[in-house]
Amino acid sequence: MPAAPVQTLVDRVTTLAFDRYVLKAGFLGDELLFVFADGGIQLGREAAPLHPHADAILVAAHAGTRLVTGGDDGRVVETGPDGRTVELGNEKGRWIDAVALGPEGSVAWSAGKTVTTRDGKGKVKTLIAPSTPQGLAFAPKGLRLAIAHIDGVTLWFPNADAEPERLTWKGPHLDTSFSPDNRFLITSMQENQLHGWRLADKGHMRMSGYPAKTRSWSWSHDGLWLATSGAEAAIIWPFAKDGPTGKAPRECGIRPAKVTAVAFHPRALVLAIGYEDGWVLLVRLTDASELLVRAGGDGTPITALGWDRDGKRLAFGSESGGAGLLALPV
Amino acid sequence: MSTTMTDKIPVTVLTGYLGAGKTTLLNRILSEPHGKRYAVIVNEFGEIGIDNDLVVGADEEVFEMNNGCICCTVRGDLIRIIETLMKRKGRFDAIIVETTGLADPAPVAQTFFVDQDVGEKARLDAVVTVADAKWLAARLKDAPEAKNQIAFADVILLNKTDLVSAAELREVEARIRGINPYARLHKTQKCQIPLAEVLDRGAFDLERILEIEPAFLEADDHHHHDHDHDHECGPDCTHDHHHHGHHHHHGGLKHYHDEEMQSVSIAHDGDVDPEKFMPWINDLVQAEGPNILRSKGILAFAKEPKRFVFQGVHMILDGDLQREWKPDEKRLSRIVFIGRNLNEDALRQGFLSCVA
Repeated sequence: MPAAPVQTLVDRVTTLAFDRYVLKAGFLGDELLFVFADGGIQLGREAAPLHPHADAILVAAHAGTRLVTGGDDGRVVETGPDGRTVELGNEKGRWIDAVALGPEGSVAWSAGKTVTTRDGKGKVKTLIAPSTPQGLAFAPKGLRLAIAHIDGVTLWFPNADAEPERLTWKGPHLDTSFSPDNRFLITSMQENQLHGWRLADKGHMRMSGYPAKTRSWSWSHDGLWLATSGAEAAIIWPFAKDGPTGKAPRECGIRPAKVTAVAFHPRALVLAIGYEDGWVLLVRLTDASELLVRAGGDGTPITALGWDRDGKRLAFGSESGGAGLLALPV
Repeated sequence: MSTTMTDKIPVTVLTGYLGAGKTTLLNRILSEPHGKRYAVIVNEFGEIGIDNDLVVGADEEVFEMNNGCICCTVRGDLIRIIETLMKRKGRFDAIIVETTGLADPAPVAQTFFVDQDVGEKARLDAVVTVADAKWLAARLKDAPEAKNQIAFADVILLNKTDLVSAAELREVEARIRGINPYARLHKTQKCQIPLAEVLDRGAFDLERILEIEPAFLEADDHHHHDHDHDHECGPDCTHDHHHHGHHHHHGGLKHYHDEEMQSVSIAHDGDVDPEKFMPWINDLVQAEGPNILRSKGILAFAKEPKRFVFQGVHMILDGDLQREWKPDEKRLSRIVFIGRNLNEDALRQGFLSCVA
């Protein structure tokens, strides 16, 4: 067991407390952002939270200046950095199970087995998945959606008439993600493992050995590494060349507590890691050096981590609403 | 991260064949002035009161776990819904899962043991089955689902008793007891029952499995029975109170033997050897898991001052050392199984070969 990290950034953290489950933490444009499971969206440190849904927010996706949330009111709402909200979809009271942001203003969501895409111009298409999807992800280019469900993934081009393609692997698939170079598709699974496909030849990749489910992952800025939660270290798989097949992953930030959230720095091989006991560390991949951001706080699991676009600030939040803002020394 | 049993949200599973009165019971639970808030997971939105409660539609998505165990099915939709609900702790005090009339309770129950995240935050409290006094006997013949629901139950509401004669009621009660003598059985009209008999039962809590006796030997709680026990043993008899002859009377009940679904109870007046018992029970549920719906046991392990208590659902076993045997308590080892086509002789021989 490595000694506790000597280097600390604790004095550069502003502590915030919200007393409710933090679903997302990060930045909307330059504005500090927190999304809460109870339905609130906090933009900036001072403003009163917005409540664009009738009640709870179940799922949220955000990137750049876009934030899309799905609620238990069945609505899919986009919120901008200025706090303005637009309803993108309404599933009439059904729970929104997943949302994903795509290129050129596109968005996708699912409610039950019904998957909907809406492109930047507002054109809506729907598809019925074979079983209730849990994870949706757009390919980095073009309008192509991966839908994770029981026994595999459906790949759908909403603007094409062709039948959706099916990648099969037995078992329930949870979240899904394309590698930034569009060569790999990854899913997390109910059975504490990841599955992957090489999209060129549909070759399989199995990434196993986790003691818990992977519910958070993050691609490095160069697209060569995938950091994952679910073990007592961040498990980081190499995706250069042929992917992780036959290679051991890196294990960073080993501690006697499970990793619950990970977020790669947007410009450097530095990973922010949140743990089930409320700790947050930064780890530099090149030399495995560790920096302490939070030594536990309220002791509940870190549920959200997010960098600003330059990688100068990191926001984090926990299950019980303990949160913070780290400003890195420039 | 330790979560004690009491921090976990209790989950009550409500089953019952079509038309038995599940929705009536659900409405009763939701409308009584108990001050509790429920999250209710229903299969289809019906006419249920939802003022202070969260109602979630589910789609009963059952899948097999990829762990090589064929009966190890779970409800994927429940995992997703409960994970999401747990992000809003404080909005509700307990969860009720209403299954469809044709549902097998096992995947619901197994979800709480198989999924680690769900198991950390929620605990299965009891499986409550509502049965229709008029139609149950017929359904036990033609609907395997109805039989599963009775066999699986911790609490049975034999409902609509006003629609049958006393003789018919007695007949259907005996049919139920032929399948599941361990559940608490309540005879109701319009599901009228004190909620404490249905909620917070702790049926899967090892700490609360105090004894396993066929429930029909207990005093009937709020119904008259003729207590003329035409029973040949004395009050202290420890032999098995069923399965020794058909049409045998207990408290006036005929003793039926269901050809397909039975319960087997085996007792040993003394200690068993854990080195023999643990491999035996593990191998047994591996091999016979698909047929064993429920199992329970309280065991005296040789040289162990504490009682070992276990309970299981198909292949999943959950066991632990519990409190110490009291000085005046007889060290008795007893196991029970409820299941389909159980080989009683093999079970008995297997268990007795574990005797210390």
